Amino acid sequence: MSDTTPHTTADERIKAEPLFSRLMKRPELGAIAGVVLVAIFFLITADSAMFTTSGIINFLTPAAQLGILAIGASMLMIGGEFDLSIGSMVAFAGLFFGICVMVWGLPLIIAIPMTFLFSAFVGAINGTIVIRSGLPSFIVTLAFLFILRGLSLVGLKWASGGSTQLRGVRDATENDWLAPIFSGDAFPALFAWLAEHDLVETFKNGTPKVTGIPVEIIWFVLLALVATYILLRTPAGNWIFAAGGDADAASNSGVPVKRVKVSLFMVTACCAALVAIITVIDAGSTDARRGFQKEFEAIIAAVIGGCLLTGGYGSAIGAFFGSIIFGMVVIGLTYTNFDQDWFQVFLGGMLLIAVLFNNAIRKRVTGER
Amino acid sequence: MTDNSKFHHGDVDDSVAPIVQMKDIEKHFGNIIALAGVSFDIRPGECHCLLGDNGAGKSTFIKTMSGVHQPTHGEILFEGKPMSFATPRDSMEAGIATVFQDLAMIPLMSVARNFFMGREPTKGRGLAKRFDVDRANEITMAEMRKMGINLRAPDQAVGTLSGGERQTVAIARAVYFGAKVLILDEPTSALGVRQTSNVLATIDKVRSQGVGVVFISHNVRHALAVGDRFTVLNRGKTLGTAKRGEITPEELQDLMAGGQELAQLEGSLGGTV
Ligand SMILES: Nc1ncnc2c1ncn2[C@@H]1O[C@H](COP(=O)(O)OP(=O)(O)OP(=O)(O)O)[C@@H](O)[C@H]1O
Ligand SMILES: [Mg+2]
Repeated sequence: MSDTTPHTTADERIKAEPLFSRLMKRPELGAIAGVVLVAIFFLITADSAMFTTSGIINFLTPAAQLGILAIGASMLMIGGEFDLSIGSMVAFAGLFFGICVMVWGLPLIIAIPMTFLFSAFVGAINGTIVIRSGLPSFIVTLAFLFILRGLSLVGLKWASGGSTQLRGVRDATENDWLAPIFSGDAFPALFAWLAEHDLVETFKNGTPKVTGIPVEIIWFVLLALVATYILLRTPAGNWIFAAGGDADAASNSGVPVKRVKVSLFMVTACCAALVAIITVIDAGSTDARRGFQKEFEAIIAAVIGGCLLTGGYGSAIGAFFGSIIFGMVVIGLTYTNFDQDWFQVFLGGMLLIAVLFNNAIRKRVTGER
Repeated sequence: MTDNSKFHHGDVDDSVAPIVQMKDIEKHFGNIIALAGVSFDIRPGECHCLLGDNGAGKSTFIKTMSGVHQPTHGEILFEGKPMSFATPRDSMEAGIATVFQDLAMIPLMSVARNFFMGREPTKGRGLAKRFDVDRANEITMAEMRKMGINLRAPDQAVGTLSGGERQTVAIARAVYFGAKVLILDEPTSALGVRQTSNVLATIDKVRSQGVGVVFISHNVRHALAVGDRFTVLNRGKTLGTAKRGEITPEELQDLMAGGQELAQLEGSLGGTV
């Protein structure tokens, strides 16, 4: 998080800092390098179909679904806290959304804001318990990992009359004017136009192979930009870094640390709700396994993106690239001859390398003695 | 009437009402009694030194003034009105700025971001309201230069600064924001000769602009150089308050040591520590 405006007189005691070492201090550097390396790996080993437009969209879609969570998780981690309950929160928010639509028959314009409000409320409970008790967020949100998952199961059985799946959301939302913002592909007209002019690949009958960009990718990019802007260019961003760097020092300097942290828990829960809404409308149903283990994947993506486990350092853009690495590896392996299960090995390896790398970067930034 | 000296120009008007008045402040941490009834006040344009042994309760006391701790008993009057600061932010908004003994800095953040932490300058309005990074950088560099430290760059992380440089950032920050009261908890403990003299001169300057300064130090000479009044704490209680010119360095030093003899050291250090 450096602000590069060197408009001061030169000091003889500082060596001109080469571009390379300036870049080395950026938290997202590791993730960008990772994207490049992983891309090169698959360019060599994978079927060339992986890097066509449809192939790229293929791996960006899971990357985006994870990335929306990872961006929330990274902001929370920079603020010095964890949320292990985001995966369960996806299921819980999905359940609430399903009930809004299926049981109460609400239109999306009411169901979606209600789902966000409800999720923010659950996030606030999480955050308030962490702040009030002074316990590590790790343990408090671990409890919520189970509580929310269990509640989702119980709630689903209640709402669906005994099953752990609530179907029919697709039919109920199909004609809702808000649905295109949260499901399907964006810019279909653009892709149709491109196909007409032979600018994208088409099937024989002239329809484009890719009919648009899945909305989650648009949400993912927007969220990464907004989060980065907030972190680097607003007072709130400064408060997040400060609260995570040293909560006491920040509070003594006038940062409303408690408010910042509770807000971050609420934002993270809302990210989970967004993923829940998108995936539930897309799949047309919600089930209790939705978001299973996503909390770990999101935290791993945030760490690959340069977030320190100790807080106070990291970037949302890093989490963005961390999630893309994730998507590339999960989907990329299907384009290769490798066994799919290498994925887990790869994941652990990436995490380990990222943590070692981040540690080294932190020492560079602080000039640790 | 006291003489002007290098770090002390002009006297305080005794008739002026205090900005902050602390009455019988007690602070308990569980079964530990850190403060057992301390009274203290600070007038505009005065430097009030708070002295005492390690663990006497000086830091705890000023933390109740800056909103970090809420007193267990006792009353705080701010400009004559009862006031209870729930958070440090409240006391800051009232115009009280503090240099804490631990400095309250974030090592991973840049100097400029630390400088404005919690009070970021903004530009633009509504949704476009944003952190004015350029202005923050400029002011930080200028304020640091005034304190005699040439920063290499405003985006340097505080963790890479030397101890004294770090302390200077904290002092410059408090001086910049301390509109009415400036509290300095051992601000010169890590400073070089030139920077110490700068800090003492700065205290003298803001004092003559009408700011009330609370200055905590273990160094009798620093305290005597700038102080108008001297309050000595010992084991959570006040041993008394003396005015400038009414107390000798030796008497003050004995009080600070809790009245105990500094027998073995006295000779070799020539009277003052
Ligand atoms: N948060 C706390 N919890 C329990 N005890 C505390 C706390 N803060 C301070 N104390 C106790 O209160 C007493 C006074 O501490 P304080 O930090 O105010 O001393 P001080 O006068 O500033 O000393 P020094 O000159 O070493 O800075 C000490 O005995 C300390 O152990
Ligand atoms: Mg102290």
